[in-house]
Amino acid sequence: MLSRVADSLFWMSRYIERAENIGRIIDVNLQLLIDVPMQESKQLKQNWIPLAACMGSDGYFKKSKPRTRPTYDVIADFLVFHYDNPNSIARCIGSARENARTVREQISGEMWEQINRSYHWLNGREARRIYINAPYEFFQRVKEISQLFQGLTDGTMSHGEEWEFIQLGKYIERADKTTRILDPDFQILDQIGDSISDRASLQWNCVLQMASARQAYQRLYLSDVSPEKVTKLLMLDERFSRSVRFCVQNMDGALRRISGSKNWDFDNPVERLSGQLLSYLCFSTVDDFMEDEGLHEKIDEIQKAINHIGVAMQRFYNPIPEKNYEPKPASSQSQSQSQSSASKSVDPKTDSTLPEKEKVIESLDLESTPEPKEKILEAALGAVPTQQTGSAGSASQSQKQKSSE
Amino acid sequence: MKLTFDNYQQDGFYDEMFKSDGSVRPYYRRLLQRFSKLSVEDFDARRQLADLLFFNEGVTFTVYGDKRGVERIFPFDLMPRIIPDREWQHIEAGLTQRITALNLFLKDIYNDQKILKDKIIPEYIVKQSKHFRKEMIGLKTPRDIYIHVCGTDLVRNSDGQFYVLEDNARCPSGVSYVLENRHTLRRVFPNLFERYGVRPVEQYPHELLKMLQYIAPRDKPNPTIAVLTPGIYNSAYFEHSYLAQQMGVEIVEGRDLIVQDRNVYMRTTRGMKQVDVIYRRIDDDFLDPKVFKKDSLLGVPGIFDAYRAGNVNLANAVGTGISDDKVMYYYVPQMIKYYLDQDPILPNVPTYLACVPEDQKYILENIEKLVIKPANESGGYGMLIGPQSTRYTQNKFKNLIKQQPENYVAQPTLGLSRHACYVDENLFEGRHIDLRPYILYGEKVSIIPGGLTRVALKKGSLVVNSSQGGGSKDTWVLEGNR
Repeated sequence: MLSRVADSLFWMSRYIERAENIGRIIDVNLQLLIDVPMQESKQLKQNWIPLAACMGSDGYFKKSKPRTRPTYDVIADFLVFHYDNPNSIARCIGSARENARTVREQISGEMWEQINRSYHWLNGREARRIYINAPYEFFQRVKEISQLFQGLTDGTMSHGEEWEFIQLGKYIERADKTTRILDPDFQILDQIGDSISDRASLQWNCVLQMASARQAYQRLYLSDVSPEKVTKLLMLDERFSRSVRFCVQNMDGALRRISGSKNWDFDNPVERLSGQLLSYLCFSTVDDFMEDEGLHEKIDEIQKAINHIGVAMQRFYNPIPEKNYEPKPASSQSQSQSQSSASKSVDPKTDSTLPEKEKVIESLDLESTPEPKEKILEAALGAVPTQQTGSAGSASQSQKQKSSE
Repeated sequence: MKLTFDNYQQDGFYDEMFKSDGSVRPYYRRLLQRFSKLSVEDFDARRQLADLLFFNEGVTFTVYGDKRGVERIFPFDLMPRIIPDREWQHIEAGLTQRITALNLFLKDIYNDQKILKDKIIPEYIVKQSKHFRKEMIGLKTPRDIYIHVCGTDLVRNSDGQFYVLEDNARCPSGVSYVLENRHTLRRVFPNLFERYGVRPVEQYPHELLKMLQYIAPRDKPNPTIAVLTPGIYNSAYFEHSYLAQQMGVEIVEGRDLIVQDRNVYMRTTRGMKQVDVIYRRIDDDFLDPKVFKKDSLLGVPGIFDAYRAGNVNLANAVGTGISDDKVMYYYVPQMIKYYLDQDPILPNVPTYLACVPEDQKYILENIEKLVIKPANESGGYGMLIGPQSTRYTQNKFKNLIKQQPENYVAQPTLGLSRHACYVDENLFEGRHIDLRPYILYGEKVSIIPGGLTRVALKKGSLVVNSSQGGGSKDTWVLEGNR
């Protein structure tokens, strides 16, 4: 398979998963506004910036210079529809479609039609109308976009190498989003103090809902919601399909099926990193997450580890070099880095990054691609040059080239 | 209310469907009967279904400007255009003759240049054409084929004869619409095809693949083939990807390819894989920044060198543009005579070259009757349609012609034939159409039955290009005994 195709399949799937997660997070938080007493609800409505930060969109929000106060409705709109926000639901589906378009001969017709229809629906008047009149219904539809797509992927496509790259995109994004949902720094209820009775229980219930984990939790624990048990379920559970461990397990499996390497061994730097993270998750207890520095710091480390896997994957499987004679194309689809205000050192999107000045010939020898130096659970990622995904690069030229002689 | 053709007007043009006395042509009779039985509501529902099918499949082109881009479908008229077998055989013979001569011309012009030495074509016309690629001189193309895929535009004039309007010998597009139109019409109107004996078009991708395999360098068996596209922002991207999918080959962008030791490789997740034949949908200019446009981001540095070394073949060959510009068009009948010693089966539209003194005089004196075309443009841009123009633009073009005579040609306005098209509210009106058959030149010449019928949807308009408000129809070639 072409390296570029692998990359597009990965990002197509990743963007779709991202849209679903964003939809679920906004949905739960909108409902929360109804669930809390009026006074607190008012306070919460003024306080949605952490939510934007949770989805890596706060930097873009500031850049868009909103003319009104950043109340919940303004931010929600920014997170759902805004095209200036690379992580808005509409833009994610748009990017997923762009990527799907570059590989439409690789995916099934059903998959393409589903994503194409969804794109047109989201950009049409009907979606707006439903969003305003019945947000719950709207987010239901958004979630179904991804669920239908992943269902069609499983049911209409051969489970070969192409399919594995789709799984990689899905699970790496899901793992990342679950860590963000769990992170107390991103929970809006955390911002308003203890004025609500049962605040903690409400907050952790919210976390469970954002991860679609309430039922799974109840079946396991029956009891009241406690931070430890929620963390255990979302971080370390072996079977719950949105837990970080489950996602990493599946990523690791996909990587091994692609390369053919054995368990407890690795053929390339990506597998080394994923294997390290997986064993860390397998051999940790929830106490490891709750003690010392606290949950936020531990989650930060896991997020960085997930990011490193993404970067290593890009370097190993898609080492498309920047050619020296090419000016770097500016692109509306570029995955540029946003500086998150909530002290996150890593943005989920940076894992599309590449070393900028790799020479053409170097990239020929896949084996010699330098292994990422970062050690797992250590060392910040630092500033990495950004690179776009998809093939937006040559847009202006290909437009210029006449197409219908 | 049923569909009706009672008030259909011919306005003195040749009509594909009706004879001048108003009676229907025999091969359209059953189609007309089927349409006349339909209610307006039923017909509208089918039209909407067809549009929806195109839209959902993403068979759209983008109108640029917005960040998201507004996507439109290429308007599709449900009434098919029918070509009886007898006429098709004539067209097929004419096109075969033409592509044969054009390929002989290209081989000659990039090697011995006999046609110039024999003064059939003035040397300066060839040498000053911007499509003449001196890099191609002496380069041996596999099987001596240059134009592998050709889209030749035909029109029927008021005398009922088909004329060649132009050859597209570089990267002709539109064949996916032929296939999609058929596919869609079959889905929305299955019973229309019943017992009509319509010749299939679905074999095109297979024929294309066979041709690409045949032209592999050094007759390599099981060559690796790829379609080279400028990328998803190209308005023909759908077609590139569709053809790759149908042929079961990779679709690549320039950045997927790399040249090493004069071989072309594509980057895959399992390392480099050599590519033998590239069906490129990128113009010469953008193909190789080392040889042609230096700032091309779409091309592959070094690919021309690999081509020269005979390690990869390109379809179409580099430099075919010399054979399809509007000046060279004038000489195609002479080429047919010179190389094949035959008279052209399909005539050219009478053409005047502004660089020939007596022709220029005629053009300047009769500009209001003529269509003036720039010699090197395509897509219907930069044209003057004499009868529809103002004195001001006529004068503007007169000056242009005097300043750059080599850049302009003129042709009389033709009374392009018309076809009934559904306009609105149970109203069928005649609209001007043309025909672009697709010709493949491999082991033998193979032409997809029919081709793309384009419609100038604006009332009275003669411009059929999709970029300028054109639409299309399914085109039926009937089996011999019909």
